[in-house]
Amino acid sequence: MSEISNQLENLSFKAQQIADQANDLALSVAETSGGHSEFLIFGITVLVLACFVGYYVVWSVTPALHSPLMGVTNAISSVIIVGALLAAGPIDSNISKYFGLVAVCLASVNIFGGFVVTNRMLSMFKKKS
Amino acid sequence: MSNFTSFAYLVSSVLFILSLRGLSHPTTARRGNFYGIIGMTIAIVTTLVNPGVLSYKEIGIAVVIGGLIGSLIAIRIQMTALPQLVAAFHSLVGLAAVFVAASAFYNPSAFNIGTVGNIPLGSLIEMAIGTAIGAVTFTGSIIAFGKLQGFVSGNPLVFKGQHLLNLILGLAIIGLIAKFCIDQNPELFWLIVAASFLIGVLLIVPIGGADMPVIVSMLNSYSGWAAAGIGFTLSNNLLIITGALVGSSGAILSYIMCKGMNRSFFNVLLGGFGGEQAASTGGVKDDRQAKQGNAADAAFMMKNSQTIIIVPGYGMAVAQAQHALREMGDLLKAAGAEVRYAIHPVAGRMPGHMNVLLAEANVPYDEVLELDEINRDFSETDVAFVIGANDVTNPAAKTDKTSAIYGMPILDVENAGQVFFVKRGMASGYAGVQNELFFRDNTLMLFGDAKKVCEDIIKGLEN
Repeated sequence: MSEISNQLENLSFKAQQIADQANDLALSVAETSGGHSEFLIFGITVLVLACFVGYYVVWSVTPALHSPLMGVTNAISSVIIVGALLAAGPIDSNISKYFGLVAVCLASVNIFGGFVVTNRMLSMFKKKS
Repeated sequence: MSNFTSFAYLVSSVLFILSLRGLSHPTTARRGNFYGIIGMTIAIVTTLVNPGVLSYKEIGIAVVIGGLIGSLIAIRIQMTALPQLVAAFHSLVGLAAVFVAASAFYNPSAFNIGTVGNIPLGSLIEMAIGTAIGAVTFTGSIIAFGKLQGFVSGNPLVFKGQHLLNLILGLAIIGLIAKFCIDQNPELFWLIVAASFLIGVLLIVPIGGADMPVIVSMLNSYSGWAAAGIGFTLSNNLLIITGALVGSSGAILSYIMCKGMNRSFFNVLLGGFGGEQAASTGGVKDDRQAKQGNAADAAFMMKNSQTIIIVPGYGMAVAQAQHALREMGDLLKAAGAEVRYAIHPVAGRMPGHMNVLLAEANVPYDEVLELDEINRDFSETDVAFVIGANDVTNPAAKTDKTSAIYGMPILDVENAGQVFFVKRGMASGYAGVQNELFFRDNTLMLFGDAKKVCEDIIKGLEN
C-alpha cells in the first residue's frame, strides 16, 4: 500500500516537472517567436502610418530648405544609436559589445555633425533687412 | 520595454516629426532643428537608464570621440562641399546599422531576441535585411562621396554586363539571407555584408556627377530604411518611425530631382547618362558663332536695367563665386535695379544646394525664387544673368524632340530682353547637348572664371 502511494507520489512529482517544463517552454516561445510575430504586425502598422506622416510633412518643406532637410534627416536617422547603446551596454567584454561601441561612435559623429551643420545652414537664411 | 521607455520614445518620435515640420519655413526652421536635438537627447537618455546598459565609461568615451569628430567637421566644412559631407554622413549611418545588426547577431540576449543560434526567424529576416540595406548605404555613399570630392572620376563608369552582374548579386543576397535564416551561420552573415558592400559600389559607379542630387537623396532614403530595419529587429517603434520619416523624405527628394530632369528614377539608376547622346547630337551645328561680350559691356547694360534675374548653377559653387555675385547684386540694387535669383530644382549637387550657398553669401531668402515662382517673369525682365548653369536654360528642351534633355523643365531665360551667359568655354553641358541659347540674338557670352567675371563686372559698376 505504501509502495503504491510512493509510486503515485513519484509519478505526480514527475508530472509536475513535465508540466513546469512545458510551461517554461511555452513562455519562452511566447516571448521570442510568438511575441515577436505579434510585434511584426504592430511594427508594420507603425511603419506604414509613419510613411504617411513623412509624406505629408516632407512635401510641406519649402524647396529652399531641402539641404537643411537632408542635414536633419541625416542626424535623426542616427537614432539607431539606441540599438548601439543596448549592444554596448553589458559590463562583460565580448565582440558584440565592441561592435556596439563602434556603432555608438559612428552614430555620434552623425548626430553631432548633422545637427551642427544644419544649424550652421539655417543660421545663414536671413530675410531682406 | 517598460511603459516609461515606450512613452519617452513616443515623445522623441513626435519631436522628430516636428523638427521636419519646422522646415516648412525659414522662420521656424531653427526651432525645428532644436526639436530634433531635444528628441535625440530624450532617446539617448531613456536608453541609457535601461537596466541592461551599464558600461557608461566606454559609452561616454565613444560618444565624446564621435561627437568631437562630427562637430569639428561640421563647423569647418565649406558650404560648397556640403554634398560630399552629407554623403559621408550617410555612409556612417549605414555602417552603424551593420554594426548594430552584427552585435544583435552575436549577443541576441542583450536585445531580448533569443540566444545565440536560437534567434527567432522573424528577427533573423529583419536583421539580415537591415544589414544588407546598411551595407549598400555604406559603400554606395562612399562612392558618391568620392565622386563629389573628386577622389573618384565623376564620369559614369559603364561596362558590359553591368546590370546582369547587379541582378546576379541581388539574387545572391536574397539566397544568402534565406540560407542565413536557416543556418544562423556567422560566415553567412558576413557574406551578406560583403555582397551588399559590392552591390553598393556597383550601383553608384555608373552614375555621373550631375546626377548626384538624385543619388544623394536616394542614399538619404536608404539610411532611413536601414534604421527602420534595425527598429524591427529591436522591436523599437522610435527607430521604425524615424526610419520611415527619413526614408520617405529621401524618396520624395529623389522624386523631385528626377522630375527636375524629366527622367525616371530607374533611368538615373541605369546610369551612363550623357555619353551616347553626346555622340549622336554633337557635330551637327557647331559652325555657328556665339556672340561674345566683355565685363565692361555687361556692367554698362545691367546698370541701365530695371529688372535682373540671376540664374546660378553648380559652376558658381565650383568657382566659389557666390560672394562676388552677391556684391555685384548689391551694387545693381544700389543703382536702382530689382535683383532676384532663380533656382532650378537640380541646380548644384544636392537638393537646395544653391539656396544654402546664396544664403551663405548673405543673399536674403526672399530674393531667391524657385522655378515655378519666377519662370513667367523672364519675359518682363531686362537682363537674365546665367552663371555656372547650362542645361537647365537650354530652350531645346522645349522644342527639339531628339534632344537628350527634351521635356526637362527649364528656366525660360531666353525670354528676357538680354541674356548674359558666364561660362569658361564653349563646351557643352553635362547632358552633352549644345545649348541653343548661345546662338540666340539676345545672348552675349562672357567667357572666363565665374568669380573673375563677377569681380570684373563689379569694377565696371564702380566706375
